[in-house]
This record gives sequence, structure tokens and C-alpha cells, in this order.
Amino acid sequence: MTVRIQTADFDVSAEIAALRRGRPAIGAVASFVGVVRDVNEGSAVAGMTLEHYPGMTEKAIEEIVSQAQARWSVLDTLVIHRVGRLNPADQIVLVAVASAHRGDAFAACEFIMDYLKTRAPFWKKEETGGGARWVEARASDDVAAGRWRLKG
Amino acid sequence: MITVLYFARLRETLGTGSERIALPATVHDVEGVRALLIARGGEWKKVLAPGSPVRAAVNQAVAAGDTPVADGDEVAFFPPVTGG
Repeated sequence: MTVRIQTADFDVSAEIAALRRGRPAIGAVASFVGVVRDVNEGSAVAGMTLEHYPGMTEKAIEEIVSQAQARWSVLDTLVIHRVGRLNPADQIVLVAVASAHRGDAFAACEFIMDYLKTRAPFWKKEETGGGARWVEARASDDVAAGRWRLKG
Repeated sequence: MITVLYFARLRETLGTGSERIALPATVHDVEGVRALLIARGGEWKKVLAPGSPVRAAVNQAVAAGDTPVADGDEVAFFPPVTGG
């Protein structure tokens, strides 16, 4: 398990290559990349700043990944989340899950992302024409995280 | 003494990200710390008022109102998270 919080951008190909290196048991890698949109809730977004809680953020993500590893057969995981100022089209987050078969990789990747949205302490402040505003939490994200409780 | 941290909108509104406060003998949990801060009035009362969208953590773990707080702890208050 690797969890990194960083201001720098990341190279998805290089990160997945590193995850797979020397691991011939890996048969599937599912990855998700979150990207800054140029529009949110009807307003043009010129950029955003991401804040986190150093220490707790890493712990929260590690806990989420541990839960995923307990539920699915996972060989390794990588989560990179950027903080600081980002522009539209910049990458924000990468979740990559390696497993023997695709079912575990797909499910664990989506689970980690859904929980990250609702449990990991990050806060977005968007710059719009009307000034900067803190993004409010979405009820739909809670619904997305909650559906995992229905199973098993 | 405990360390109290504020993040995002709370940090900006309150004008501070971190402070050390003496824990009165009567305060034993997160709700007690919150009440102590609300008693300062002004913006403190506004952003931490009951019913406002505030989450808390004690020693970097998600906390509820009745989560115990003791001398030396790190208590954090912040808005619902919006990462990813």
C-alpha cells in the first residue's frame, strides 16, 4: 500500500509501471484519475486550492485502503492526492489497484474512491468569477459511499 | 493544554489554524471543547453553533460529540470534506 499527498503532478503510466514492477502475479490494474473541471454548479472555475490535514489525511486513506484489502483480493494499491493550487484540466487524484483478476481491481478502486470523497480530510476552494468559494460537500457522495454498506 | 486545529472555511473565518488552550477541569469531551469556543461569541459562536456543518477529530481520528478529550490531545474542527 502506498499513499502519497503531494503538490507535484504525477505520471499515470510511470506510477502504474512502478506498481507492477517485479509482480508477475498481477493480472489486472484498475485506475481512476480525478481531474479539475472548468465548470462546477453553473460557474466557470479558473482554478482551485486543495487543503488537507497533514497526518490525519494519510491515516484516513490508509484506513480506507485497508478496508478495501479486507473485502477484495488485492495485490497492491497506490493512492496519490495532490494539494495546493490546481488549474482546470490538472490531475487531482490517482487511485490504482492491482489484483490477479479484474473484478477485484474494479470494485476495490471504486470503493476507495467513493470513501475517499466522503472520509478523507481534503477541502476544495474554487476560484470563480464571483470570487473564491469553499466547495460544499455533496449529498450524492454520501450516497455513493453508503451503497457499499448494502453488500456483504 | 490541548492543541486545537481549524481547517478550510473555519480556519479562514476564525483567522487562525492552530491554538493551544488550557483544558478546564469541567471539560471532558469534544462537545465541551466546542461549547468553550462558542462561549467566545462572534464568529466562534456562528461557525461552531449547534446544527452548523462542522466535523471534529481527536488525535487525527474522526470524533463525535461524546469522544473524550484529555490534556495533551489534538482536537480539530473542520467542514464536511470535499476531496477527490
